[in-house]
Formats: sequence, C-alpha cells, structure tokens
Amino acid sequence: MELFRIKHDIPFMSYGRLTTAISLVTFIVAVFFLIFKGLNFGVEFTGGTVMELRYAQAIELGQVRTKVDALKYGEAQVQSLGTTTDVMVRLPNIKAKTSAQLSNEVLDTLKKDRADVELRKVEFIGPSVGDELVSHGLTALALVCLGIIVYLAIRFEWRFAVSAIIANMHDVVIILGFFAFFQWEFTLTVLAAVLAVLGYSVNESVVVFDRIRENFRKPQMRGKSVPEIIDNAITATMSRTIITHGSTELMVLSMLVFGGPALHGFATALTIGILFGIYSSVLVASPLLLMLDVSRENMLKPVKVKEEAVV
Amino acid sequence: MNRYPLWKYLLIAAMLFAALLYTLPNLFGESPAVQVSSARTTAKVDQALQDRALAAVKTVGLTPEDVLFDGNSVKLRFKDTDAQLKAKDAIQAAVGDDFVVALNLLPQTPSWLTKLGGKPMFLGLDLRGGVHFLLEVDMKAAVDKSLEKTAGDIRRDLKDKKIRYGKVERVRDTVEVQMRDAETVDVASPIVRKLLPQLQVLDVKEANDNKIVISFTQPALQQLKSDAVKQNITTLHNRVNELGVAEPIIQQQGEGRIVVELPGIQDTAKAKDILGRTATLEVRMVEDDQSKLTDALNGNVPDGFELMNDRGHDGQNRPILVRKEVELTGDNINGAQAGFDDHNQPAVHIDLDSTGAEIFRQLTHDNVHKRMAMILVEKGKGEVVTAPTINSEIGGGRVQITGAMTVADANDTALLLRAGSLAAPMNIVEERTIGPSLGKENISKGFHSTLWGFLAVSIFMVIYYRVFGIVSTLSLAANLLLLIGGLSILGVTLTLPGIAAIALTLGMAIDSNVLINERVREELRNGMTANMAIVNGYKHALDTILDSNVTTLIAGLALLIFGSGAVRGFAWVHCMGIVTSFISAVFISRGLVNLIYGYRRRLTSLSIGQIWVPDSKKA
Repeated sequence: MELFRIKHDIPFMSYGRLTTAISLVTFIVAVFFLIFKGLNFGVEFTGGTVMELRYAQAIELGQVRTKVDALKYGEAQVQSLGTTTDVMVRLPNIKAKTSAQLSNEVLDTLKKDRADVELRKVEFIGPSVGDELVSHGLTALALVCLGIIVYLAIRFEWRFAVSAIIANMHDVVIILGFFAFFQWEFTLTVLAAVLAVLGYSVNESVVVFDRIRENFRKPQMRGKSVPEIIDNAITATMSRTIITHGSTELMVLSMLVFGGPALHGFATALTIGILFGIYSSVLVASPLLLMLDVSRENMLKPVKVKEEAVV
Repeated sequence: MNRYPLWKYLLIAAMLFAALLYTLPNLFGESPAVQVSSARTTAKVDQALQDRALAAVKTVGLTPEDVLFDGNSVKLRFKDTDAQLKAKDAIQAAVGDDFVVALNLLPQTPSWLTKLGGKPMFLGLDLRGGVHFLLEVDMKAAVDKSLEKTAGDIRRDLKDKKIRYGKVERVRDTVEVQMRDAETVDVASPIVRKLLPQLQVLDVKEANDNKIVISFTQPALQQLKSDAVKQNITTLHNRVNELGVAEPIIQQQGEGRIVVELPGIQDTAKAKDILGRTATLEVRMVEDDQSKLTDALNGNVPDGFELMNDRGHDGQNRPILVRKEVELTGDNINGAQAGFDDHNQPAVHIDLDSTGAEIFRQLTHDNVHKRMAMILVEKGKGEVVTAPTINSEIGGGRVQITGAMTVADANDTALLLRAGSLAAPMNIVEERTIGPSLGKENISKGFHSTLWGFLAVSIFMVIYYRVFGIVSTLSLAANLLLLIGGLSILGVTLTLPGIAAIALTLGMAIDSNVLINERVREELRNGMTANMAIVNGYKHALDTILDSNVTTLIAGLALLIFGSGAVRGFAWVHCMGIVTSFISAVFISRGLVNLIYGYRRRLTSLSIGQIWVPDSKKA
C-alpha cells in the first residue's frame, strides 16, 4: 500500500504568493483576537480559587450558581466539566479571606443545599505567583526560539534558522488565536503544549530543510532552479510528513477522547499545533526561504569544509 | 553487511532486560499499611517499638501481612483498609503520643526486586490525591518580630546593669534607645555592642538628642531571613507530624517560599488550619492605672501600650491595657500539654526552658501583685487567653494557663505551642487539594489515552509497512519500556502531565521510524538492492533524526528550566523520552531489522509495504 502516488514534483513554490497571503491573513486574524478578546487565563496565571465538585446525582448548574452568587464573593464562575454531575467553581482572590476559608464556606453552603456533593479538587493561587509564571513562560518561549535559531544557524545557515522560527511562531500565534477566539482556558499545561509544539514543528521544517540541503549537493539536481529544488524536497518528504503527523495526531486524539478534562486543553492545543505545523513547515517556511534568497552557494560552502575535514 | 556484532545484540538485550526489571515494580500496585515513626527526638524507633506495635495489633485479632523496619519507621502492611484503620487505632493507643502513627500505602513490590533497587515511580499528588501548599514567609513580619525581641533584650540588659535609659522604641527598621546625656551613651553603647555583636550600632550625641540606634546589617538581615525560613520549616515538620502524614514533603523553594505536600490527607480543612496557624505565646504586663485605661477607651491609647480584650470566665469581654514590650515568647517553651486545673477547668500546662524559667522567675519576682497577660498571637492579632494577678514569685519554669476555654481549645492551644511557633507568619500563595478518587481516575485516564493511542499507531504501522511496521511497533514498545524503566530508576515523580508526555513522546517517536521506513522505500524505489536500501535508508535518516531530536530537546530543556510543578513533570518525561526514542529508533530497530534480514543468504525483497514507482522512473 502506498498512499501518496505523486508522479511529478508538485510546484509548491509557484503558489508561494497565495500561501503566504493565506498565512498572513490567518496570522493577522489570530493577532486580532488575541488583542481584542484576549486569552482566558487559567487560575494559575490570574490567581484565585478553583474547586472541582462532584454530585452523586445530576445537578442544575443554575442551582449551584445561585448558591455561590449568594455568598457575594465577586465574579464567581460556575461551569460544567463535561458531565451533569461534575461542576467547576472559580472564585477570584479575596483579601480578607484565605483560600481555605473560601473553599470551606462554598462547600458548606453547597452541602446544605445538596448533601451529595463531594469536593474533588481545590486549587488556589495567590496573585504574585501568577505574574511569575507569565514571566517564566515568556522567558522559556524566548529561550526556545533562541536555542533553535542558534542550532539551525550552525547546522544549516541563518536563512534556514530565520524562516523556520518565523514559520513556527506563526503556529504558536495561531494556537493562541484559537484559544482567544473560543475563550478556552489557557492553563499551564496548555503553555507546555505550546512549547512542545514549537519543538515538534521545527522538527518538521528541519526534515524539509535537510532534503533541500541534500538536493543542493546532488549532482543530478545541478541544472535545476532553486524553486524546483525546494519543490522536489517537499514532494519527496510529503508522505513522511503526513504519516508522522497522522501518527502523532492519533496519540493526541486518544488523549483528547480518553484523557478527561485534565488533559483536554493540552490535547486541543497539540491538535491545532500539529495540523498547522504541517501547513506552516511546508508552505510558510519554504517560501520564506525563497524570499530570503537562499542559493546553492549558501549551502555549498560549509560542505566543502566538511569534506576536507573528512579526507 | 546488515549484521551487528554479537556485543551489540547483547547490549540491546541487556538494556531491555534492565528496563523491564525496573519497570516491573510499577505493575504490582500498592497495599494499605500503617507507619509508626518518632514524633520526638527522645522517642526511639527500635525493635522494642516494633514488638509493641505487633502486640497491639494482635490484641485486636489482626495479623499484618508484612512487617518492615527501616531504621526510621516501622511499617505494617495489611490486606485491606478496614484492617488498616483498626490497626492504626490499636497501635496509637499502645504507643502513645510520642510516636506518629500514620496511614500509608506501600508498594507491593516483591522483595527480590526491592533488593535490586527496583521501586515504582513516585506518584504526584494529582495521581494519588492529597494536599499541596506553597507558603510564602512574611519577611517583613520576621524582621518586625526580631526588632521587637531586640528591643526587649536591650531593655532587660540595661536594667540588669542599672543603666538609666529613656524610651526604647522601634523607628522603622531600627531600634532607638533614648539616653539622658552623652555620657550615658558612652557607657551604654559598649554594653549594647557586646549584647548584639552582629548588629550595627550607631551612637548619636547631639544637643537635645542622645541615643543609640541599632539596625540590621545586610548580612544580618539575610541571616535573619534564612533563619526564619529554616525555623518555619522545622515548625511545619512538627505540625505535620502531629497530623500523622506518612510521606510529607516540606522543602524550601526560592528565597522565602516553602512547599508542603501531604499525600493521602483526607481532612484537608484541618491540615490547612494547623499549618497556616502562626500562633505564638507572648507574656506581657498589664497596666492597671485606671486613668490611662479611661484615656485609651476614649481613643487616646498611650505610646507603648495596646488596648485588648480579656475574655473572663463569664464569657464577657473586658478591655485591658497591655504594654507592647514582650517579656517572654513561645520560643522559650519546651512543652505544652492540655489538662485541667485545680477547679477542674480546662487548662494548658507549659514547661519553660531554663532561659524562659529564669526570665519568668525574675518577672514574677519584680511584679508581685501586678497583672500579666498571656497572649496568643495569631496572624498578627493578639488574643488575651488569661490575665492573672501575680501572687508570688514563680520559679521552676512550670506555668499553667487557664481562661475561658473549652477542652478542644486547650488541646489546640497545647498542640500549637508544642509544635513550636513560626518565626514569621506565612501566607498560602498556592494550594491544591486533590481527592483520592480523582487521583485514581487521572491514572486510569492517562493509562487509557496512552494505550489506545499506542494501539492505533501500531495497527496503522503494521498495515502500512508490514514487517518494517512490526519492527517499528516493537521499537516503540522498547521505547516505552526504556522510558518507564529510566524514570523509575531516576525516581522521577510521575504526574498527569507526565503521563501525557509519555503518550506524546510515543507519538513523536514514531516520527523517527517513519523517516527510516520512508527512506528505505525510497532507496528501493531508486533501484537499490534490498541490503543496500537498509544501509542507506538508516544512514540518510540518521542525520534528519538527529537534527529534529535536538530541536525538540531544546524546547524540552527550556521547559525543564523554567517550568514549575506540573510543567516540570511534563518536561522531565519529555526530555527523557527524546533520548530513549533516539536509542530505540536508531539502535534497537536496526538490530531487529538486522536479525530479520541480515542473515538470509539471498535477500531479494523487503517486506515494507507496496513500493510504488512512478512511470517516469520506470522508463
């Protein structure tokens, strides 16, 4: 069985203008939602108290909401956790009360209403911790980008490094855009997923770049133009790209289906990241490479050095 | 050409065997146990204790399945939680308050595995249930408290040396001692310097302003802060012991933060209450001058005094005026027990250490017929427990406090005093409570995600790549084994994000296998012989695999460095998984392919699925 029977190299680069336009538009839309809707930061970042409750029998969310609102703790959120019996209550920080008092009071109130409620999880985060997380998260992001740029610049050439990192930041921004648009909760595990996507997706660009480099060196490719060489590289790695991403996606989907609420955000971020990763590594990174005027000479110089070293 | 030398096969076999051996302990599960450990340094855990515990268990008709003695604690394993609970009560009654008797879960790893160092991965709180706190030490309060104490020390010392001094008061971050004239400053200054060698002492001699200013030097301040954190950790240890937790984690994090993790705790409200309380006892003098009290009640509290409420036996609050100077603090308490006084009222009996006893004797000697207040300070707020009149000098260091309290109050107060006071109050800045049922659910969910994902990927690989697909699947399984074995050896704490990372690692690891398989196909498509296709396929794929793994590793390491808590758990597994997937995809899968194809006399074709050759190339 062979899924991909491609007779000729697909002229990806001739669609360069179109794909770049599409990328630019999705990117701008994502940034737009990020700015105007913003991320729905999880309690780890904003500070506050989150309680997860389980009722023995189904419960109306409205009923819980009225009870919690009656305590007048400011903007409390009451959400379902996917079932009719699991409820999440999120409360802002209150200066006068410790989280312990807060969660105990809420639980007491709810217990009076319905005795079959069980406290499954309480999470309280003070305000200072959240700020630290944001700064640590951004530092990590910057460090990953820098590390990847340096590595690719050494292994390949700066043009490759720059186009790979732009393509991948494009993925990251789009994931964040999705989270902003749907107002999905952006938690610490989602951040981990975003950074993992960054590493994974660069991986993808690297495979294509590897092929491009190889093609530049091949004698039978000597007469070909740069876009033709890139087209050939993309086509040759295409089936592998789709299959590996498909396999990883199978794993991630399995997490999405079986992982429950705790892994939901993580799996969602990865799903979006993987899907856009395929697109961006092929159709964003490579056109960028062309725009940056990559040429055979860029790749050949280091090769000579290497060969001499071997001899 | 596609043969490994024997040692390589042996290396693979040894690696897999070791991985399997260290993965095994994770499969045996856990059984309920009772753990007995020492609550005080004087209480020794020894053979005698073990015998007492066993005897106690026998009296209630139970026999433990296993008895473990590890020098610090005795652990008795039982077959179910019912027996465990019964045994706990029996043992507690037998060994008394000197020992902590806690419920625990013990891994059921067979002893031969344990002897080889095999142990299951430690499960994070999100998988086993429990409480996690991040506490921040209030450094300002620590400095404040220390300044108050310094002021008290100076007063006492100058009084002893019969040097006349004016006000001793705190001015922002310094203590100022007012003096009558420059000469007294000269006399007092060396005494203060001798008393407080680590602090900065400044003499001020001006026309109308003669004083000694004492302030903290930067190193002293640093020392003070680190001492505050250390003392708080010690105190927390004591308090946690009182709670009876089997494997508590109490660690410093950063400069002024403390992490407390209490696995398996059910009564979280009580845990929070006991840990968060910063109660300490202060003994201060009461001002009985009625005119000053009236002044204070009119909103004109004199300097150096504080208006407080004294809850009498009748339950009514009476305002009293208390000096701010602290004569004695909970630091000098050796022990505290709840009990009853002569009138059968609940009381707390306190034993003072020698310094405390001496201060208390002096205090009561100097202040006969005056009143003193025993104040329980919690979160910066003082509450007068009792304000008795001193009838005579009290020596020997035994003090009894009575007041309007219930038996439960007395017990709580005694516990807090006994467990020691905190050097500075702490605020809970992060708290996670995970119920045990949720923990179990998280394990099964994480397990199922990994299992089904693994199966789906395997089925696809086998259908698409045939024998090479089987090789890929086997090397993926080897990867899983190496990963779990490695994590167990390193003693990494497994969390739910960690399980997610295992699943994700497997999903990403298949990438290397696909790269290899596609490459081999391509070589075949280009007309290579089967043997050459394997050689070149692996060789060419290696570069790419290396590059892509390094970039992923960069992301993983950044997460490891900057992540905290859950993210760290994820990052550990992720980084480790990248290394194991490299080993399994490149080394182990090649070994398998070599075993399958390398020893055939005439290899004409590879089972790697259908190879489709475009017409243009056929020609």
